Amino acid sequence: MTISRRGVLQAAGAGAVLAGSGYAIPKALADALKLPGGLSEGTRAEAVLDALPGKKPLIKLAYRPPNYETPVALIGDGITPNDAFFVRYHLADIPEVDAKTWRLKIGGEGANGSAELTLDDLKRMPAAEIVAVCQCSGNRRGLFSPHVPGVQWGYGAMGCARWRGARLKDVIAKVGLKKEAVEIVLDGADGAIVPKTPDFVKSIPVAKAIDENALVAYEMNGAPLPHFNGFPARIIIPGWTATYWVKHVTSINAVTTPFGGFWMKSAYRIPLDKFPTEVFATQSSDVNTPITEMVVNSLITSHTDGAPVKAGTAVTLSGLAWDAGYGIAKVEASSDGGASWREANLGRDLGRFAFRAFDFTTPTLAAGAHKVSVRATNKKGQTQVTELVFNPAGYHHNVVQTLTLNAA
Amino acid sequence: MRTILAALAATLLAGAAFADEPDIHLKPGAGLDKVEANCNACHSLDYIQMNSPFPNAATWEAEVKKMVGPFGAPISDEDAKAILEYLKANYGS
Repeated sequence: MTISRRGVLQAAGAGAVLAGSGYAIPKALADALKLPGGLSEGTRAEAVLDALPGKKPLIKLAYRPPNYETPVALIGDGITPNDAFFVRYHLADIPEVDAKTWRLKIGGEGANGSAELTLDDLKRMPAAEIVAVCQCSGNRRGLFSPHVPGVQWGYGAMGCARWRGARLKDVIAKVGLKKEAVEIVLDGADGAIVPKTPDFVKSIPVAKAIDENALVAYEMNGAPLPHFNGFPARIIIPGWTATYWVKHVTSINAVTTPFGGFWMKSAYRIPLDKFPTEVFATQSSDVNTPITEMVVNSLITSHTDGAPVKAGTAVTLSGLAWDAGYGIAKVEASSDGGASWREANLGRDLGRFAFRAFDFTTPTLAAGAHKVSVRATNKKGQTQVTELVFNPAGYHHNVVQTLTLNAA
Repeated sequence: MRTILAALAATLLAGAAFADEPDIHLKPGAGLDKVEANCNACHSLDYIQMNSPFPNAATWEAEVKKMVGPFGAPISDEDAKAILEYLKANYGS
């Protein structure tokens, strides 16, 4: 059973009626939604503001399965509110889980036994909290040039929350692992409409599962997880992309041979040697490997491309930087099209896996267009790319963002 | 807004939309009936609009093959061919 839907909340009167009908007035609608110009014409025409139950109006990219991104202005200055947090599903059968009857099964042939936990059992275990960025692997896919198929995300398929739950290693310790265990397989309650469609099941290396930062979270920013973010419990793998953060988690199984499911072997893979990220060795082939860590990235959230500003004044911009958990070392900003760079001020540190807020003030801007860019560098010395590292599935877009301010 | 959308839907070609989901009106064309009868079972049709108009013929063919193949969509060969021709003609590059 799925939650019944809300009234459709649209961005602008006439635009709303035509939103589903093709390319009639993409510009007016796009302006109201502040969609990036790099998105495809089709995306700009069909995206609307729409509120799922329990959520603020977000940018609807697809109704079913629901894929909704957070408008940049709502991502927050460090913590993203639960009701603005992005929604991403692969398959359309999304049950409304009853906390009373929900069970988490732990076992698998790589485990020494099996166990079943209720939500109360999970909550009685020692709790841990971590502030961590949850970012879809394909965030900014819609900005790929050339475009590649998939959900055409702009900038908002990400958020950062304070997650609270039991450590995954403590949950796994309820059964214990055999020394032959190589991966931990994670499944959730959501499923496909057609029985032959591969269920969304993911695996992670054992080392990642028993890392102290991995959680089975039941709280997000001090409240139960919203339905659309994985109620009653989801996996948190700080530093790794959200594909591993299985929602509505129902089983955790240790396996002694690499898991062969579609969502590991065929999807969520990146070419070998193109990105400076951790390698998931037991899942690698001769040509590609699963996506793992997030790449270092940053985003201006205070202004959008083309924003009007007052000529003859200095403008203060702010935004967010993040990486896979090495920590942000610096954010540099340029307001002259990349000719010169100055360090931005870094905001409060909520932990190495969290968004790091930054701000900077431009020199006095003369009337006219000014290209503003930001570039983050992490403590490992990794920085953002200036040219897209193309890959066919549209992952790891961390091209330095440049936007134009129109001073008048 | 819901009322306006519903009224609009009544006067236009109504897709097989779900009770709580707005109708998605794809461009009229040969094969649209097959798209509505098949694709809409597993996903809303805005996925097609969203992924347009950039796919070339090979990309749309790969997408249809992915749905019929690994995703196991029960679509007849005849319908799959009509769907592909519709996508290429109306939402391709």
